[in-house]
Amino acid sequence: MSGVLYDPEILILLIPLVSAGLLAVLPGYRATATLNVAATFATLAAAASLFFVERPAPGSYLLVDDLNIVFIALNTFVAFTTSIFSASYIAHEIEIGRLTPTYLRFYHAMYQLLMFAMNLALLSNNIGVMWVAIELATLTTVLMVGIYRTHEALEAAWKYFILGSVGIALALFGTILIYLASGPVVGEGLDAMVWTVLVKHSADFDAPLLNVAFVFLLLGYGTKVGLAPLHAWLPDAHAEGPTPISAVLSGLLLNVALYAVLRFKILLAGNPDALAPGPLMVTMGLASLVFAGFMLYRRRDIKRLFAYSSIEHMGIIVFAFGMGGPLANFAGLLHMVMHSLTKSGIFFAVGHIAQVKGTQKIAEIRGLTVSHPALGWALVLGVVAIAGLPPLGIFVSEFLVVTSTFAREPLLAIVLVLGLLVAFGALFLRLNEVAFGEPVGSTAPVAASYLPMYVHFGLVLAAGLYLPPLLAAWFQHVSKLLG
Amino acid sequence: MNGLAFDVAHLLAGGLVLVSFLLLYQDRMYALLNVYALHAFVLALSVAWQADVQDAPHLFVTAAIALIFKAIAIPTVLRRIVRRLGIHREIETVGGVGPTMLAGMALVGLSMVVMLKVTAGADPLAREDLAFALSVVLLGLLMMVTRRNAVSQVVGFMSLENGLILAATGAKGMPLVVEISVAFSILIAFIVIGIFLFRIRERFDTVDVHALDRFRGERQ
Repeated sequence: MSGVLYDPEILILLIPLVSAGLLAVLPGYRATATLNVAATFATLAAAASLFFVERPAPGSYLLVDDLNIVFIALNTFVAFTTSIFSASYIAHEIEIGRLTPTYLRFYHAMYQLLMFAMNLALLSNNIGVMWVAIELATLTTVLMVGIYRTHEALEAAWKYFILGSVGIALALFGTILIYLASGPVVGEGLDAMVWTVLVKHSADFDAPLLNVAFVFLLLGYGTKVGLAPLHAWLPDAHAEGPTPISAVLSGLLLNVALYAVLRFKILLAGNPDALAPGPLMVTMGLASLVFAGFMLYRRRDIKRLFAYSSIEHMGIIVFAFGMGGPLANFAGLLHMVMHSLTKSGIFFAVGHIAQVKGTQKIAEIRGLTVSHPALGWALVLGVVAIAGLPPLGIFVSEFLVVTSTFAREPLLAIVLVLGLLVAFGALFLRLNEVAFGEPVGSTAPVAASYLPMYVHFGLVLAAGLYLPPLLAAWFQHVSKLLG
Repeated sequence: MNGLAFDVAHLLAGGLVLVSFLLLYQDRMYALLNVYALHAFVLALSVAWQADVQDAPHLFVTAAIALIFKAIAIPTVLRRIVRRLGIHREIETVGGVGPTMLAGMALVGLSMVVMLKVTAGADPLAREDLAFALSVVLLGLLMMVTRRNAVSQVVGFMSLENGLILAATGAKGMPLVVEISVAFSILIAFIVIGIFLFRIRERFDTVDVHALDRFRGERQ
């Protein structure tokens, strides 16, 4: 630590934790919503300072390296914009009486606790701590999904809880196996779970044990990523919880679980005798993409529609990382960042739409570009982005995934393109219904600010037009680390 | 590792698998909870034995948690919930007892084959423990899919967690972090379940998860 008093790692964890405590007891939604925004902004500032101050040396519990800094920056940024969106969303929910002040306090406390858990998972240098953090993140989101206490919300939360716990349990078994594999090499005790130590020695680990461990970890954390066939919780959880939570789930929590999978993939890649993790990830990724692509056609609920689209995109990202190599990894990282920004932006739009129309059913939302031009066209832009059309950011990353795959595995590329086209068709079919035609339902203006949504789409557009060389160089460097 | 220590550890871990089988075919709620208490009790014995054999006193804490919290407190609370909800009779299972037991045996066979093969180089006690632990985990999963009732699914999940603790304690010298975290997470998980049961009770006359299915968002 070289005697520095300022340690951003601690701040990133401490700010959400302290504010969770404060928000649990403070009354009044205006003040608490502002505090929520302020807390996420402070966390974002602390995360940004990671780029400027000297990095603390990796300890037994916490670590900052070139890989997780990308995730942390993205995580804290989307957390901040979502908290702004959440403030206006919650104001409306209080007004119509869907949330009572008690539940609001609970909601804000859980929001910060979730941020704490996700940041801890990203910062952890210890596979045990990482597991605990992801478990905590699961539990807090379960509670938030069930917060409306309707039949649907309870069912969604229950399903999420059961499937999430099974996933988490499998991941713990995998973690124990990793410890067993590392024990004989590193020695018993704490060191055998410290990530930086594990990576250094992974070449000497017992390969068969490592293989089985990875299968458990991929299935366990893969459940949280929402990979088919373990995705069943995802659409329900997105559809029934408050919309800010859908944005955080899709934009952030899925990435955190993916980050865990990537860490263990690096571990496996360091061992010459272990099985290649690539094919497993490629298979699950493609399956999720194609499956979600077809499922998109039958959606009647707008939040569910975009939840399936998240499964599709997580499939693409896992596929890209499974292919491996500098180019595919670069594409995967870029796609992950772009997807987080776009999807949370879309959920902001959907939140405004659902509030003004009073429904999430696609059949009851029509002609948005006529009744709410600013909102409607923003949604069009978002769907254009998420479907992977130029000139937006997702086009760039999808293009990279497809071309790098064509160069190496043309057959897989055909399946990939097929999946992308199927999803593309479904999204535009639904977009056409929602955005154009005669307006149906309320045409009252939206009271909330569109700023967070515009910022997200603006960033995605900017990245599609011009990716700053500094950022590109950083991503290139990280993709080399990923192997 | 001397002969006796190994044999007793083996006996207790095997006993846990056996109790997992008992859980599989219980069709009365109170009986199910009693068998679960037995499951946690066997786990506590097994962990305590490991603590003694490995000379790892911190494992006694884990054993105490298993005994007090899981074998006594949780079954008591669940019994009360079951009585208040009046669901002590009904346990609907998917598929009959016969096929479930056969599936269970197949899963145990599978975990033996997989774990014994891949851990050929590891310490023999850890090896066998791990194979048993995986069996308990898989049987817990099987129980979760064959039950429709929320309470018995939760019991299935808790027996699965017991299997994980067996694995964690069998891995010699595993840092305390994990034991605490496991115990802690069970505590949290239980609070969550408690809230859930409370909320479900608030809204429904039944805690049959099947009844919840009817309210699925897209079937209206």
